[in-house]
Amino acid sequence: MSGSFTTSAARNIFYGGTIFFVLVFLGLTYRNEMDIPKRDRREMLASPQIAQGKKLWETNNCVGCHTLLGEGAYFAPELGNVVVRLGSKEAVKAFIKGRPAEGIPGRRSMPQFNFTDKDLDAIADFLEYVSKIDTAKWPPNIQG
Amino acid sequence: MQYQSQAVARPYFIAALALFVAQVLFGLIMGLQYVVGDFLFPHIPFNVARMVHTNALIVWLLMGFMGAAYYLVPEEAETELHSPKLALALFWIFLVAAGLTVLGYLLVPYATLAKITGNDLLPTMGREFLEQPLVTKIGIVVVALAFLYNITLTVLKGRKTSINVVLLIGLWGLAVMFLFAFYNPDNLVRDKFYWWWVVHLWVEGVWELILGAILAYVLIKVTGVDREVIDKWLYVIVTLALVTGIVGTGHHYYWIGTPEYWQWWGSIFSALEPIPFFAMTLFAFNMVNRRRRDHPNKAATLWALGTGVMAFLGAGVWGFLHTLAPVNYYTHGSQITAAHGHLAFYGAYVMVVLTIVSYAMPMLHGRAANTNKSQVVEMWGFWLMTVSMVFITLFLTAAGILQVWLQRVSDNPMPFMVAQEQVALFYWLRALTGVVFLIGLAVYLWSFFVKDKAQAAAN
Repeated sequence: MSGSFTTSAARNIFYGGTIFFVLVFLGLTYRNEMDIPKRDRREMLASPQIAQGKKLWETNNCVGCHTLLGEGAYFAPELGNVVVRLGSKEAVKAFIKGRPAEGIPGRRSMPQFNFTDKDLDAIADFLEYVSKIDTAKWPPNIQG
Repeated sequence: MQYQSQAVARPYFIAALALFVAQVLFGLIMGLQYVVGDFLFPHIPFNVARMVHTNALIVWLLMGFMGAAYYLVPEEAETELHSPKLALALFWIFLVAAGLTVLGYLLVPYATLAKITGNDLLPTMGREFLEQPLVTKIGIVVVALAFLYNITLTVLKGRKTSINVVLLIGLWGLAVMFLFAFYNPDNLVRDKFYWWWVVHLWVEGVWELILGAILAYVLIKVTGVDREVIDKWLYVIVTLALVTGIVGTGHHYYWIGTPEYWQWWGSIFSALEPIPFFAMTLFAFNMVNRRRRDHPNKAATLWALGTGVMAFLGAGVWGFLHTLAPVNYYTHGSQITAAHGHLAFYGAYVMVVLTIVSYAMPMLHGRAANTNKSQVVEMWGFWLMTVSMVFITLFLTAAGILQVWLQRVSDNPMPFMVAQEQVALFYWLRALTGVVFLIGLAVYLWSFFVKDKAQAAAN
């Protein structure tokens, strides 16, 4: 950190290096946008149900306990593959509907959200869409 | 304190510490809910406690960064702050907005909060760490822009030191990247992709510039080492941070529907992310060893050294632990992630804010350092909090390894909740260690009120 290596040289390397790698990252982002239509099942979004389900997912803060494709909180099970794990959308809806309002003594329990049947359909459709995204074979097994 | 306007930093630091207490209390609630599942249910469900825990953390760190900027920018620029009144007004706006948001989380169901705060106009809520209502998010942008206006004008009219320039770039980057919080496409893959532009490019990008600048400032003050030397280190550190960290974003793009080439880009670049943190450790120890004065504030020096070491351990080592794609395939979204999150946030950002608080608070009260007795108490707070956070991390790491084995690796993978019960012992240990952390925090806060008998008599 002495001799010919001056502060202005260090500063120039900082600016140059940063700009270079911002450009690399933007290039990768462009390439990513070109490639993901093959994996993200965007054709399913033609049904407004799924956007509605995503909105319900968000406005009930589901990610505050669960993970979705591994991101979120680690208090409750992964839901990216829950439709596959429970076997059907019907099973998912029945589970959400059946949560006791006062919880389960001593145990973690999901709140009772009092969703309408229409809401439940939208949520289940959203979770089914997520289960069809190509996630490079993650999670390692059905348990998530 | 050389400039009158530096005094606006004080309310920022005090509010930051108050929110720190709230964060830790809600952390304890969650720690208990991990083992006593129905604790406070259904009044404060886990997700609500978690929002308060993480959002309070973000807000108090931002308060700390702003306080740090208001304190050090005038001194570096050798001029008064452009507008101390604006800084004070922004403080109250930010504090009230944060308080109302937390009350909203606690008092109304989240769906109702979304409805009454206009989430339908532009749905942005309900994504991890970005749970704030639209109005709060707009408030954050307004406060950030007015803050940047104030700070930037101050720098422009004064001396443009490397510390001020790096800090300013970091703060502008923080504000710009936050704008991606308003982008929430229906396509989940793209939603997640750009969500990381806020979260990753904050904590593993521009925040590191802020961290480096604050650390460099405190090291100049407590060691008296030549600015020329410190500046060079600072530029080298922030170069390493951005060169590795920007493309390192790829380590979040392994399993969210993005192409497999991200596994290479993410693994290689994020494997290098510990280097800037290691450089920070060397930086702190080197400067203190080469010190040309013995500053009476020993506690601030301890915090600065601690930041270097713990940031390297938490962000560097614990990040590296699960950043390579073949490892992350098993650890993604497990307690390993939680372990890393705790030590990284504490070691890098909590500790750097406490470093500047430790250095600046006595100055703001017109003295170079607190009494010896007060510093001893502060150092007890340092050790209690730091050691207990290391143990929280170790227990979560143990829970994580066991969870990954039971749920993802073994021949007969267990369902999530069955595996959780198997690792409950570690959650109990984590919760107990959390209590020690709270005691450490109480001791730390107590240090602000400790007076020597001699000093009390003089008063």
